[in-house]
Amino acid sequence: MTRAWRSRGAGPVPATRLSVRDLLSEALAGLSQRPARTVLTMLGTVLGVGSFVAVLGLTATATGQVSATFSEQTATQVAIDDAGGSVSAGPQATVDSFPTDADARVQALNGVLAAGLRWPVGGGGTNVTTSLRPGAAIAQLSVAAATPGYLDTVELDMADGAAFTTFCDQHAMTVAVLGVAAAHQLGITSTTGAPAIFVDGVAFTVIGIATGSARDPATATEVYIPAATARIYFGKPLAYAPAAMLVRTSLGAADQVADEAALALRPDAPNLISAAHPPSASPVRADVLASLNAVFVVLAAISLVVGAVSIANTTLVAVLERTTEIGLRRAIGARPRHVAAQFLTESAAVGTLGGLIGTAVAIATVIVVALARHWTAVLDPALTLPAPLIGTLTGLLAGTYPALRAAQVAPLDALRR
Amino acid sequence: MTVSALRQGTGSSNVPLIELTGVSRTYPGPPAVHALASVDLIVHPGEYVAVVGASGSGKSTLLNVLGLLDAPTSGRYRLDGTDTHRLGDAGRTALRAGAIGFVFQEFHLLAHRSVLDNVALGQLYTGVRAPQRLAQARQVLCRVGLGDRLHALPTQLSGGQRQRVAIARALVNHPRLLLCDEPTGNLDSATAAAVMDLVGDLHTDGVTVLLITHDPITAARAGRRLTVSDGFVVDDRSTDPHPPGADA
Repeated sequence: MTRAWRSRGAGPVPATRLSVRDLLSEALAGLSQRPARTVLTMLGTVLGVGSFVAVLGLTATATGQVSATFSEQTATQVAIDDAGGSVSAGPQATVDSFPTDADARVQALNGVLAAGLRWPVGGGGTNVTTSLRPGAAIAQLSVAAATPGYLDTVELDMADGAAFTTFCDQHAMTVAVLGVAAAHQLGITSTTGAPAIFVDGVAFTVIGIATGSARDPATATEVYIPAATARIYFGKPLAYAPAAMLVRTSLGAADQVADEAALALRPDAPNLISAAHPPSASPVRADVLASLNAVFVVLAAISLVVGAVSIANTTLVAVLERTTEIGLRRAIGARPRHVAAQFLTESAAVGTLGGLIGTAVAIATVIVVALARHWTAVLDPALTLPAPLIGTLTGLLAGTYPALRAAQVAPLDALRR
Repeated sequence: MTVSALRQGTGSSNVPLIELTGVSRTYPGPPAVHALASVDLIVHPGEYVAVVGASGSGKSTLLNVLGLLDAPTSGRYRLDGTDTHRLGDAGRTALRAGAIGFVFQEFHLLAHRSVLDNVALGQLYTGVRAPQRLAQARQVLCRVGLGDRLHALPTQLSGGQRQRVAIARALVNHPRLLLCDEPTGNLDSATAAAVMDLVGDLHTDGVTVLLITHDPITAARAGRRLTVSDGFVVDDRSTDPHPPGADA
């Protein structure tokens, strides 16, 4: 027993050292001294990393949703115009390059779900009155000649009654479908009783009222009459407002349909028909993504800076508070690098823990928001998984100055306090 | 020539543990303070030395220089045969960690760490693995009578017990020199006597002890008493009829 207290013999003394395991253990012990303060210090990093991941996740999720809608509508739609007219021919000049069986020709193409022709009657605003309100002011409404295929193509959403059919068109029946806004303007609320409207004096029976359509935002304000009827009573489409065909295709078929449409419609003169390929969604999507990301990433970066300042401040306060401890550690063998490493490890641990919690909270947020909106959560693993390292980096940067300050503490000065 | 130097002249056969030659420590002012003035001192292994003197006499500076916490402005200090002025910070730190144990008046225990952890801290930077550190800390704590308080926090201990923890921390690395700075300064007389009994036991076990004290009773326990005044060692007397290092 006595031998254990005897001093050791003289000899070279090995340099002091601190193993990584001991360093981590001491850093964690240091952090656990004041758990409440550690948690509060961590908040900045939690917010910073959390907002960074949440913003990227929510942006990706929302953009994915926008893209899905955008892509589906644009990638399955082809607009075919009449290129045979000339505006210089005069205001009364007409153009009618589409054959009378245009709908059937295009619908026969592979991948076409629906196709129909439409043109504005009289080139634009037309006088419309109704039998329900004799003597009421004449309404200037947009009357459009449309084939039944067109109403099918735009996916008309009916509020009352029904859209006209091929039978109505073939027999040039004087029937009309009103958009809900046009019906409101005319004082028509229902098709019950078959109310009549007068388009430039020609009587039409209202058989349907539409609230809108998926592919034509103007539907609510329009009055649709059968194309064949329009040709009889109002003539061919005018050159300055020619007929146009809208085609709804299955996904992936639009380009092919656009290529084939002109020849299918006018094999004798395909140059009279112009089919537009659907726009590519990717540049638009990239623009939306870039602008959203830029704004939110800046916000996340600001949160991270706040988090870093918070860690730096708390670590510096800890260094000042623990000066005596630093002095003691120096007295029992800690070198300046050991002291610096301990404080740097503590701040890095706070940052890492904050980053982990922030990432977890952000992932949960993205999932909850996506579930609530019935969206598909989109999280890029390449951005999400390394996110806690942003916290580590923040902690390391924030802890550098306080750690250097700690390393400079002279043991004698510290122990005198 | 100082009394210490005369003592060297008595002829010691052993290698001195402490050898100060013309050591001065001046703190630059203004005004400059000459805390130590050309001190010569030899302490042999196994000695029990009390350093006494009024406040500001230079005894704390002497202890700091001996503990390698401060460097002399001039002169030479050899510790256990090592010329310390040739050492850089890393070398001084290594020598301090390996050869010297400190006991402070303020204890300087880590308040949030257990008694066992506080003592094991004494070997943290020496490369001893954690299990061995804890085993040795447990052993030393049993030796100082705190085997039943291993997991208590320092705040749960009395002043005397805290100082025992501090002594255990100083001893866990088997230092060649135990430096005590007013170890009983914050203790009542009964507790102080118990702590000094422990220090006495350690000396009996072979540890070289150098302690600073204001208390004449505490100083009287030492086999040798140095009196410091205005930076000079003005008296150096031995009460030990057979001091370590003296020729038989």
